[in-house]
Amino acid sequence: MYTIEAKNVNFFYGEFQALKNINLQVEKNNVVAFIGPSGCGKSTFLRLLNRMNDLIDGVRLEGEILFEGKDIYRKDVKVDELRKKVGMVFQKPNPFPKSIFENVAYGLRVNGIKDKTYIENRVEQSLRGAALWDEVKDKLKKSAFALSGGQQQRLCIARAMAMAPSVLLMDEPASALDPISTAKIEELIHELKEQYTIIIVTHNMQQASRISDKTAYFYLGKLIEFGDTRKIFTHPDHQSTQNYITGRFG
Amino acid sequence: MAPQLMQESVGSRKRLTQKIAFILFRFFSLSIVAILFAILFFIIKNGIGVINWDFLSKAPQEGMTSGGIFPAIVGTLCLVIGSCLFSFPIGIMSGIYMNEYAKNGKLISFIRIMTNNLSGVPSVVFGLFGMSLFVNFLGFGDSIIAGSLTLGLMSLPLVIRTTEEALKSIDNSFREGSLALGATQLETIRKVILPMALPNIITGLILSIGRVSGETAPILFTAVAYFLPQLPTSIFDQVMALPYHLYVISTSGTDIEASRGMAYGTALVLIFIVLILNLIANMIRKHFTDKNKI
Repeated sequence: MYTIEAKNVNFFYGEFQALKNINLQVEKNNVVAFIGPSGCGKSTFLRLLNRMNDLIDGVRLEGEILFEGKDIYRKDVKVDELRKKVGMVFQKPNPFPKSIFENVAYGLRVNGIKDKTYIENRVEQSLRGAALWDEVKDKLKKSAFALSGGQQQRLCIARAMAMAPSVLLMDEPASALDPISTAKIEELIHELKEQYTIIIVTHNMQQASRISDKTAYFYLGKLIEFGDTRKIFTHPDHQSTQNYITGRFG
Repeated sequence: MAPQLMQESVGSRKRLTQKIAFILFRFFSLSIVAILFAILFFIIKNGIGVINWDFLSKAPQEGMTSGGIFPAIVGTLCLVIGSCLFSFPIGIMSGIYMNEYAKNGKLISFIRIMTNNLSGVPSVVFGLFGMSLFVNFLGFGDSIIAGSLTLGLMSLPLVIRTTEEALKSIDNSFREGSLALGATQLETIRKVILPMALPNIITGLILSIGRVSGETAPILFTAVAYFLPQLPTSIFDQVMALPYHLYVISTSGTDIEASRGMAYGTALVLIFIVLILNLIANMIRKHFTDKNKI
């Protein structure tokens, strides 16, 4: 069974068809990179996987998206339960206006967990997991807004990890960060792979080739090519993929 | 040389225009402060003489030419608090519904247009409406509850609008961040969005308190009495109120000249109460802003 499987997915914003007949399978503990020029539908597709597009008016989905074999768009699926298992990190770091500690504890608290020591342990674990613990352990009560952009993004990763999801969706998580912070995030993704299935949208070709096992190339709402990252980056089947990767357009 | 010279003169003319424009802007901004101070000065100068403990703690005496305004102070506080108890919960909940839950459809734009229209209704019309609904139809009589509900109705659009605007100004990324962690929409609103929007919502509430405490027309037919020596004992009692008392002793008292000083004193107390309410609200607002910063 695949962790995530999309079957004949079509997606519309009003009349505009943003995704055209997408079929794709993601295996457990893989890192999958979505690449493609702006507006190609890769972020839209990513946001379908934890039903984030539900928030938008006037959208329509055809086809099926399975998470661990179950259709996540069936009526009896509880969206909040799904999102606990499929975590997400956004392009712009979006910590809450709360303390560093409370940011990570937030997900646990809304889950009804009250045990203080459990929450403290879980927060520490998650911050360690996101390689942020050493930098913030002395200022857990301080506002998350006092952190740098790169630290904020790792805090958002820690926040997602605290929920112990099985999948982490990342929407250009390093695009707003400087090279050093970016390197840290990439290193982190490498370590997280042991425990999580990771799907990452990126505009950075080197990043995609460095961190992913598989790469999906989207163009104009279609999935043009999907396969092992090494193959996509060395001999892609399609000319369009080749052109994009080598920077001839996009 | 010639084109360069011309450019320089254009540049200096532009700088001059800018200078004049900013001087004008500054003049008008300062003149607003000046007007406010002029009013305050006028009221304080004429009213401070009658302010003493008796004035604040006693009922009017001798056809309102002496004594105090205590029943009117109590009445105004009752009406303001009563109207807030009504308009804040309903207004805030409607604002949350309209900005957070409702899909942008015909129903919502209809509600929004109606809310805007409601805020354009003259306050005396609210008074008449309150009289026919609360006083007569529901049988509350002239009472604190009828007056509070009428004032509450009147301030409702303002509360709804400011709540909506405050929520609208919160970036969507915070909602997404919370929802992506498996929080429900209600948890997201309660734990992330409302705390962030609270300072701005409170500003709107301050404005509505200020407006409600000075209104005369809506309570004219629904709550106030010309003269009541005793304090209200239940929400179904009539009360005196500062704005109406001010109106009465300046226009139709038994001896207008003799009660002139008391009129200014009443105005001063009214302004003071609004000021204190604003200060308290500002402290609450600051408390929540700091809490967001931590």
